[in-house]
Amino acid sequence: MSLLNLHSVTKTVPLPDAPPLTILHGVDLEISSGDRLSIVGRSGSGKSTLLNLMGLLDSPTTGSITFDGRPAEKFSSAERDRVRGREIGFIFQQFNLLPGRTARENVMTPLLYATGKQFWNRSKLAAEMLERVGLGHRIDAMPTMLSGGEQQRVAIARSLVRGPRVILADEPTGALDVETGASVMALLDEVALSTGAALVTITHDPAIADLASRHLLLDHGRLSTVRDDGRPSELVAVSRRLPHAAGVHAVPAASGAVPDEELSA
Amino acid sequence: MSRFFTGVVGALAEAWQELRIHRTRVLLSLIGVAVAVCALTTVVGVAGIAEQAMTESNERWGGRPATLKVTASKADGTAPDPEAMTALWTETLERYGIDYAGRIAYGAAFVQFADGAVNVSVQAVDPAYAQMHRLQVDHGAWFAADDALRLAPAIVVNEAFWQRIGSPDLGSHPTVQLLGNAPATAVIVGVHRSQSWEMEPTMYMLTEAYSAVSSDGPAIGLTEYEMWIPADLTEQIQAGLTRDLQAGLGESYVVNIYRSDPGAYDDDPLLSLKLTVGGIAGLVLLLGALGLVNIAMVTVKQRIREIGIRRSFGATAGRVFFAVMLESVVATVAAGVVGVMVAIFIVKSPMVEDLIGQGMITDFPPFPIEAALLGLGAATVVGALAGLMPALVAVRVRVIDAIRY
Repeated sequence: MSLLNLHSVTKTVPLPDAPPLTILHGVDLEISSGDRLSIVGRSGSGKSTLLNLMGLLDSPTTGSITFDGRPAEKFSSAERDRVRGREIGFIFQQFNLLPGRTARENVMTPLLYATGKQFWNRSKLAAEMLERVGLGHRIDAMPTMLSGGEQQRVAIARSLVRGPRVILADEPTGALDVETGASVMALLDEVALSTGAALVTITHDPAIADLASRHLLLDHGRLSTVRDDGRPSELVAVSRRLPHAAGVHAVPAASGAVPDEELSA
Repeated sequence: MSRFFTGVVGALAEAWQELRIHRTRVLLSLIGVAVAVCALTTVVGVAGIAEQAMTESNERWGGRPATLKVTASKADGTAPDPEAMTALWTETLERYGIDYAGRIAYGAAFVQFADGAVNVSVQAVDPAYAQMHRLQVDHGAWFAADDALRLAPAIVVNEAFWQRIGSPDLGSHPTVQLLGNAPATAVIVGVHRSQSWEMEPTMYMLTEAYSAVSSDGPAIGLTEYEMWIPADLTEQIQAGLTRDLQAGLGESYVVNIYRSDPGAYDDDPLLSLKLTVGGIAGLVLLLGALGLVNIAMVTVKQRIREIGIRRSFGATAGRVFFAVMLESVVATVAAGVVGVMVAIFIVKSPMVEDLIGQGMITDFPPFPIEAALLGLGAATVVGALAGLMPALVAVRVRVIDAIRY
């Protein structure tokens, strides 16, 4: 069963002194657990708009989005926020770490909006997540004291700490050099794989796009499939047999981020 | 319930984190609030002490609540026979079971001081007077019941009197000569506390003793009879007393019974002062709040990106509103606590107490809890009002725009 489904989604925005601009035209997209998607496209092609729609940050002008079989338009505003916090993890190009907070406090941020054990154990869970992304020794470091790669790893830990089922990465390596970018992507892929989350990466970088199993192209608001390498279940199975990427401290899914329903019981 | 509880704790944690990170800005913006709350609380606290000072001062003259004064005279001003009146008075007090009662007569006596004879005001009273009128004796003691039997009358004098005879040790039983038609040697048994501006010597004597030394009789005006009774029984006793005394004295006498203590008057003598200073403190509070709103607005605009990030990680609009609001309230309440603590320190400092009480307060009131609550309440309201606008701005932010801000 698909996790996130976009059906004939169109997004139009009004412009001052000009006719409305249609950014997305009839986008159809189905994302299941464990999927690895890359979306490439020129600047202004509507990639970020598409990501915002998938992340329930925005609503389509026409068409429908369903999350876990439930139509997104039926969600109340608060419910939409809660689903987003629980099920979707964001990774931004500019990391968007909260200034003045340590790495641990940044990773704890999403847990402030959780309930049950996730909320009360937020400090411990954040530390474990940082450990998992190889930053166990920089837990109390401020973002300004971290390198770009380390900052993005903190951002990855933050996006994964609530055990989301979908990870949306908007140019996750855009602010990093090639080598660091590859290392960060390997980490993201590895950690996402261990939790079984779907990973959607928006990128300009063909090498980064190549890491995904499904390659999509967004051109002038129209989404098309460039390549589809295989079923997600096969990908997960194959990846689990592979040795871990160098420098990545992957942990089996059972001991890592745990879905809300298990923790908040 | 769990979501609500974690929401409240989470919002508090966020607010505290925000305050910790921006402590310098927060501290600076809160100085105005703390000063205003301190001013407001101090005004109310000081007014409480001033009120007590004024009440006690009034009680020194009019008696403690509820004091009933009784006068009786014929239409031409003739007083009843003192002995007959005293007998009737004593009998009436016994009938009503009233323990605190006494007579007051005003007169004068020539006293021989080292620098000459001086006409000194005398109040002839009964032993219960000191307790009924909050009279404090700083040296020696007030009259005891058997002081009336002394051959040398006992007197309690004011500070001016005592200083005029050289402030002698009362253990040495200092005496003064009372001149006049019936000269006598009076023994000073006590020195009562008096206002610093009282420069003229005055003294108290027991009614019987004064009658003995005053050949003219004690009265300048009529002898007053007074009693200290429970306030809720005033009307009942007043009516019964009027009836009984009138019956005892006969139709030719007019019996007048009235409440003389300050509780008989409803108006607050400090109201205008309280309103003026309270108004000024309110204005300071308003200015502090405006500064706070200004800084909070600027800060929220700087934090729009952060708010967007939080929203993307699951913060609901209500949660963001609550957190921004709470930051303001937590900060102003903290400032309010500081302001109230400083106010307590000011109001309860011995210097301020002396300044307002002038050493005349017997029962210093504790720091009024309503002043502290008012200060904290004002701080909370200011925080809520100052937080409202930035919180609304924070909620209206579109998440997508905020992240890219």
